[in-house]
Amino acid sequence: MSLSTVLTWIVVLAVFLITIKPIGQYMAKVFTYQPTFLDRPFGWLENGIFRVIGVSRESDMTAKQYGIAFVGTNLVWVLLAYFLLRIQNILPFNPQHMSGLNPLLAFNTAASFTTNTNWQAYSGENTMSYFSQFGVLSYLQFVTPAAGGAVGIAVVRALSGRKLGNFFVDLTLVCTRLLLPLAIVVTLILVGQGVPETLGAYFQAHTLGGQTQLIPRGPIASWEAIEHLGQNGGGFTNANSANPLENPSAFSNIIETISMGLLPIGFFYFFGVMTGRRKLAWTLTAVAGSLFMIMLALAYFPEVAGNPIVNSLGLATHGNMVGKELRFGMGGTSIFETATMAFTTGSVASAHDSFLPLSSLSFFIGMFLNMVFGGKGVGFLNMIMFVIITIFLMGLMVGRTPEFLGKKIETKEVTLASIAFLIHPLLILVGTAIAIHSPAGLKGVYNGGPQGLGEILYGFTSAAANNGSAFGGLGAALPFYEIALGIVVIIGRYASVMAMLLLGQSLLKKKTVPETSGTMHTDTPLFAGILFGAIIILNALTFFPIMALGPLAEQYLMLAHHLF
Amino acid sequence: MSREMVTHALFESVLKLDPRVMIKNPVMFVVEIGFLITLILTVDPNAFGGHYPAGQRAYNLIVTIILLITVIFGNFAEAIAEGRGKAQAESLRRTKSDLMAFKWVNGDEYENVPASTLRKGDRIRVRAGEMIPADGEVLEGLGSVDESAITGESAPVIRGSGGDFNSVTGGTKLLSDTLMIRVTVDPGESFLDQMIGLVEGASRQKTPNELALSVLLAGLTLIFIIVVVTIEPMARYAGRSVDVATLIALLVCLIPTTIGALLSAIGIAGMDRVIRFNVIAKSGKAVEAAGDVNTLILDKTGTITIGNRLASAFVPVSGGTEAELMEIAVLSSLFDETPEGRSVVTLAHERNLTMDRERYADAENVEFSADTRMSGITLSDGTRIRKGAVDAMKKYVLEQGGVIPEDLDARTEEIAKEGGTPLAVLRGNVIYGLIYLKDIVKPGMRERFMELRRMGIKTVMCTGDNPLTAATIAKEAGVDEFIAEAKPEDKMRLIRREQEQGKLVAMSGDGTNDAPALAQADVGLAMNTGTSAAKEAGNMVDLDSDPTKLIEVVSIGKQLLITRGAITTFSIANDVAKYFAIIPAMFVYVVPSLQALNIMHLTTPHSAILSALIFNALIIPFLIPLAMRGVKYKPMNATQMLMRNLFVYGLGGVIVPFLGIKVIDLIITALGGANI
Repeated sequence: MSLSTVLTWIVVLAVFLITIKPIGQYMAKVFTYQPTFLDRPFGWLENGIFRVIGVSRESDMTAKQYGIAFVGTNLVWVLLAYFLLRIQNILPFNPQHMSGLNPLLAFNTAASFTTNTNWQAYSGENTMSYFSQFGVLSYLQFVTPAAGGAVGIAVVRALSGRKLGNFFVDLTLVCTRLLLPLAIVVTLILVGQGVPETLGAYFQAHTLGGQTQLIPRGPIASWEAIEHLGQNGGGFTNANSANPLENPSAFSNIIETISMGLLPIGFFYFFGVMTGRRKLAWTLTAVAGSLFMIMLALAYFPEVAGNPIVNSLGLATHGNMVGKELRFGMGGTSIFETATMAFTTGSVASAHDSFLPLSSLSFFIGMFLNMVFGGKGVGFLNMIMFVIITIFLMGLMVGRTPEFLGKKIETKEVTLASIAFLIHPLLILVGTAIAIHSPAGLKGVYNGGPQGLGEILYGFTSAAANNGSAFGGLGAALPFYEIALGIVVIIGRYASVMAMLLLGQSLLKKKTVPETSGTMHTDTPLFAGILFGAIIILNALTFFPIMALGPLAEQYLMLAHHLF
Repeated sequence: MSREMVTHALFESVLKLDPRVMIKNPVMFVVEIGFLITLILTVDPNAFGGHYPAGQRAYNLIVTIILLITVIFGNFAEAIAEGRGKAQAESLRRTKSDLMAFKWVNGDEYENVPASTLRKGDRIRVRAGEMIPADGEVLEGLGSVDESAITGESAPVIRGSGGDFNSVTGGTKLLSDTLMIRVTVDPGESFLDQMIGLVEGASRQKTPNELALSVLLAGLTLIFIIVVVTIEPMARYAGRSVDVATLIALLVCLIPTTIGALLSAIGIAGMDRVIRFNVIAKSGKAVEAAGDVNTLILDKTGTITIGNRLASAFVPVSGGTEAELMEIAVLSSLFDETPEGRSVVTLAHERNLTMDRERYADAENVEFSADTRMSGITLSDGTRIRKGAVDAMKKYVLEQGGVIPEDLDARTEEIAKEGGTPLAVLRGNVIYGLIYLKDIVKPGMRERFMELRRMGIKTVMCTGDNPLTAATIAKEAGVDEFIAEAKPEDKMRLIRREQEQGKLVAMSGDGTNDAPALAQADVGLAMNTGTSAAKEAGNMVDLDSDPTKLIEVVSIGKQLLITRGAITTFSIANDVAKYFAIIPAMFVYVVPSLQALNIMHLTTPHSAILSALIFNALIIPFLIPLAMRGVKYKPMNATQMLMRNLFVYGLGGVIVPFLGIKVIDLIITALGGANI
């Protein structure tokens, strides 16, 4: 490992480790409505918003009301976004005179940005006006992660024995107390690194060769900030964070990587503070953290070792650098990609398609599990879902009805957790199978063999996980994919979250059983081990066959000097 | 397990193939559907398209047979579990149908009537060698009864009037003597009827935890159906489709068939264990709840202590010696047949003082009366020897013009403080000292309470004693809490308080006073000797009327849950090895290099798939004994228990199938079946 890799990793991981506690504690204060230092700059704004929409911090909702508010709001956003994208040609801030989007692309984009997936079937710089970028998409990048976070917060409240709270209050507070302040800081840092922040037209450059070149620019720095802080991941330009204007330096790369992880990781500790079970929070953090480290190792070491075929020709000296940016190097690239897959951001700083099969396994793992911290709140809900299933499966072995946080896990909870668990593989596998079985789906596959399968699989997995990154090599701008992936992002976003919301309420209504020495403790290294094992086994059982046909087959074929 | 039972269970397991029955068990139902599909493919290998070589039919046939066997094994497990209780119930039902009873009419007159006409309150006479025709209480007589038909225990038990063993059960056989019995149930409500209902109901009604587990198993099955169904198009895209029989084989291997097949057997066997323990649980829910119990409420007398106070020391007071005191004490108890009195004689005997009753045959025995609160003898010379409550004796001495020894009160208080009961002993008008009567904690109770505490269960002792006495016994027995001078309302209040904290409470009781508390408790164990109100209120009845059994019932409940969890874990852990057997076999024609995943080096793809499938089927009967017996259970704390079971059933569940599948593959290869 090079010194730069070691330093990059240490800086990023250390920041995660240092910030988890203060962020968690701060969030707990904000969402129990205690005073914080941001009351002064934002309090008046929030109160104004609450007054306008007619809610208050005390107007608690039931799970059903909360869920309806969440989905209803999202529905409004998706319709609004669809409409505005369709007519962007007649709206202001359109110096490049972009035309309105066609219906399918507008649907796909609206759905994908509203569900915080930010899958892009278009190239931003060639498709979107500044208004669309800034007014529509950037706006959605603020509010949609806030909406997801709000649901997570409601469930944590329920788990901590509190009422669920009010969706609109939480939505507002996530924006004003978490995303907005952080986004301002990150934007300023990125501007310092030279990222453009302008509403001016694209820049016309005169190259040394006497040619002219149109360089797309715009309000990029603020876009980048919220893109990463909100685990959104849609790039301003098609090349996303590999584009020097979006991510110009090794330092900006570190900043963007850190931005992605701050809130999802802090959310775990937030749960610990709210429930008063900090040790449990650390236990869950340790499980997600070890999975993160495994992903990181998988994304790094095979790449450093390089392509065995190229190596056997005696050509490579610095590993597999295809598709990577020299300014980030192996270390910076691997931790950015691991973060983007773990936190379901989906922005990319390199071409995922060019990674070796074994490293691509890291990306798949991140999206299959969808709880290696995940998107803030939502990823945590997936973690809780696995915790519930694990406790139910293993907890019986201590001779008691399984309990979590002193609440008995019974038929209702198991049913809801099973639904939440089932939806993810259902969307991924059935989606991929349909795509691969239909001529319309096959039309988008440019590479043959396992790589082609991997590309389709990646597309559906990314959509189901609301990640939004693409493997490349898949022609996603086809009606089939625009519709199919649009549907997958919607089901993937709402179905399991709603199940978890109901699960949280169901647990809230139960009596708390006092803990005794006969209770299975969930805040121990033993439980961490069990949870880790259960997560791996349950997911391996689900995804092993398709992995065998995709990346694993490709890996073995590559070892046999067969490429695609 | 008799040969006949096995044959019957096999017959039953074929009957259970009826899809209307199978659908209640979604996991095994999927296997049955798989069987039907492969059956079609055996008849016509190309039924769903494709052009398969001739050999495919033989392979399909083998898969079909293994699938059928898998389903039958699962049904067999359930049938054999039901059969154990059912066999008993049915043989009893047969005998019961032609049982005759001698119903008392008046005087010495008895009428010979069919047992089915007996009503509550009827009196019947049973003589040695006859079957007892109905449940009842023994009014007169003492005899040995063979209860093996119900309990499976072949050693006869003593049943007699009065005391804890006066209840008899219809369908059991009186071996000796003659009993007069009062019938306590109307037709259709007998133990036998309840047991039949229990056994037959067990397969129909799922307990809450069983239901939750079924949901999860169905969820997992659904996921694996999705996984397997989507393999086909993917494999076809990759270059070569996978045949349906192999896909079904993979599906059956992956879905949790082991626990799916054994789940209901585990539940039924758990109930059966309770019955074997001579406890009737009115529902499986109660047994399961017993495993979750946080608080045990136990009566002191008869449960924690032997029930009688026994002499444990002689305490002389000023002017007397211990030898003298002992002699007078024994004299006072010479004809006293109460346990207290006997214990005085026994204690003295242990201290080498034995007195001959014959020598005092002319003495007058004075029985205890509530009036005088003393007992003893009056010797032929008129000397009065008495023992009794200290205050009563003091009054008596003063009346006789005697003097109260100055340290009597101090000694009395000492004994009371230690939780004992002092009895003063006098001859004439002189008090010689005190007999120290003590509640004796049953041997082994302390250790059991310690075990319970380790399992996180709190024990609360209820007693009518004063707080001082109660505290001493509580300390000696090692219970966590006690209620002194307890009234029935106190018990109720305690149960409510614990339940408000989210705890599950178990208690035992026998009196009508106990009925509300028994009904309120999550697990209420009523004694068979108890009143019918108590029996009605509790959700379990102990035929032996041993309140200590509450602890065993808790263990059985825990064991039931552990067994369920262990086999579930084992079942899912098994899948890892099955994947390594089937995936390379399935895809080897698509991507030959996936052969690298064949880490078990199974001979051919077909032999690999068949080995995994055969292992999957065979593991069911292998685990039937475990399901019936329950996982070995030792009281320990949750962490130790989890570690142990995880090691055995989790790690074991990963390793065993690797070995098993490899061995089966070797056998198939040796038999020349690898290239089918």
